[in-house]
Amino acid sequence: MAGVSLNPELVAQSMNTTPVTLGDWVVIAPSILTILGGTLCLMTRKNMSLQPKIGIGFLALLVLANVALLARVIDRGVLTMVMGNWLPPFGIAFTVDALGAGLSLVASIVAFCTGLYASVSVDGTGRRYGFYPFLLLMMTGVSGAFLTGDIFNLYVWFEVLLISSYGLLVLGNDRAQLDGTVKYGILNLLGTNLFLVATALLYGLFGTLNMADLSQKVSAISADQAGMLSTIAALYFLAFAMKAAAFPVNFWLPASYHTPNIVVSALFAGLLTKVGVYALIRVFVLIMPAARSDLGDLIALVAIATMLTGAMGALSQGEVRRSLGYMIISGIGSMLGGIAVGSTLAISGAIFYAAHSIIVMTALYMAAGILRLMGGSYRLRDLGGLYAASPAFAAIFLILGFAVSGLPPFSGFWPKIMLLDAMLSSGRVWVATALLVSSFLTTIAIGRIWIYSFWRGGPEGTADGTAIALMPTDKALSSPALWVSLGILTALVIYIGLQPEWMLQLVSRGASGVVEPMGYLRSVFGGA
Amino acid sequence: METGLSVLIGLFFAVSVYLMLSRQLVRILLGIAILGNAVNLLIFTSGRLTREVPPLIPEDSYHLLVETANPLPQALVLTAIVISFSFFAFLLVLAFRAYQELGTDDANEMRVAEPVDEPAPPQGY
Repeated sequence: MAGVSLNPELVAQSMNTTPVTLGDWVVIAPSILTILGGTLCLMTRKNMSLQPKIGIGFLALLVLANVALLARVIDRGVLTMVMGNWLPPFGIAFTVDALGAGLSLVASIVAFCTGLYASVSVDGTGRRYGFYPFLLLMMTGVSGAFLTGDIFNLYVWFEVLLISSYGLLVLGNDRAQLDGTVKYGILNLLGTNLFLVATALLYGLFGTLNMADLSQKVSAISADQAGMLSTIAALYFLAFAMKAAAFPVNFWLPASYHTPNIVVSALFAGLLTKVGVYALIRVFVLIMPAARSDLGDLIALVAIATMLTGAMGALSQGEVRRSLGYMIISGIGSMLGGIAVGSTLAISGAIFYAAHSIIVMTALYMAAGILRLMGGSYRLRDLGGLYAASPAFAAIFLILGFAVSGLPPFSGFWPKIMLLDAMLSSGRVWVATALLVSSFLTTIAIGRIWIYSFWRGGPEGTADGTAIALMPTDKALSSPALWVSLGILTALVIYIGLQPEWMLQLVSRGASGVVEPMGYLRSVFGGA
Repeated sequence: METGLSVLIGLFFAVSVYLMLSRQLVRILLGIAILGNAVNLLIFTSGRLTREVPPLIPEDSYHLLVETANPLPQALVLTAIVISFSFFAFLLVLAFRAYQELGTDDANEMRVAEPVDEPAPPQGY
């Protein structure tokens, strides 16, 4: 700016004058890479053989960027980067702690696997109408939501991932999809609008949108403002419970998740609801811990209802995808149970459960897709005899089933133990009981799916004791991409189950980072 | 001024909730559109209202000398308007396509994804 002399003191107060080191750019790399990849895929959307290569390539880069980001967070603590160099709370900040970076990494691995799987299961029409651009732009929203340190910015990332998810959900244009998308679309938009209402009120009360700044101001709140704050907290809880599919406001999930291409279901099952849980943890543990303990009983009640209705819903369905949809809901209940308790151990358990659930639910939907290719149906009555067709696939499905119901030695066991321990030591016996009952019901539901589709002789009507090996005919089954993507996720489930130490360290680091946010605040506001 | 706008916002919310409780898709969508505007006005009002004092810094000063209008809510509202408008446009097209394919705009009759006469799951193992 020629002719205007800047006062260096004021500049030092309001702007970050030290140039951003090269390594710190990794903070925004996940969002930038996916926008770039999405744009490139959009430009080449008519080239159907090139598009999966670009999409999968950028998703692989996203995984690498997230690995680098997590390594840097573990090495140097919480990282902050401000847009336009304006110091917080003025500029929009990206603040990355172990919680955000860890979930972002898990999400990107899952997205990479779905991208790989989609190269087989999404046909030319789906590619031409933009499967890969939607996938990458949805990952922009998911990564942005995990990494941002500004609550209005979080809203914007929610909308980014929501509009891309609409595109993915309705891709294919079949009747059931249109029906499901109407319900998904309207209810989710309502949820994000409630989020925005709560954010507007929060801004009116505190005059800031930066999460670290909010956390400080909320803890220094006066008694007459406390009433308003509890209204805002209740609104946030309703909004995020809707996004996370908690019990009374979750009807959009069973209405829509079984309608699109199976790889889209897999992606949604893994990522979308967990972003809601992540936002709950951010808002209720980092920003307003007092409101969380006020609402503790309500959250516990919602958690119990979500776990039990989810598990019973899973039992009541005769269609594999719909049954899995209810299992997602039951898992969300377990995470809410952890948030209801709120101790470091409980939050660690909830984060661990979220990471586990992202991996295992995606893997289960992918496996359901393969089940359909082998058996020709998603209905339990029409499936059967697949053990003879592929014992290895039967074993993979059983492993994933054990993991989702929380049986050792797979990844679902450890978070459940942590959650149970935290619930019992804080006296929330009913939540712990509901957790055990829902695990038991889930075991029955997934066990029934396995027995009906693999173990029994053949579809309904086949005489007992006749082993019919349905020879799989679909040529998609011989393509390695399907098996590699499912294999990566299953290997992770087994590895986390057998070697949980590093994961335990990571999640307890993530949890203590939000329960005692000293490091978070120091990173945003400097040494002060 | 804030009080007046608060009453207006309350009215907007009431109308939008009333419309969204309807079973007709078109009414639900109108409710969503009004809800978006209610939220925008709410953000605007949360930033406190100051009329006709633009936030400009005089040439010989480094900071604002008088209380001025708050520019941040306007930036937020602008973002929210763009988002809610594009979502509304998408949902309109979606509702029209759903009406074409499903032959109804009554949410209760849209039962393709979740059929009414779903057979019970197999009982027992």
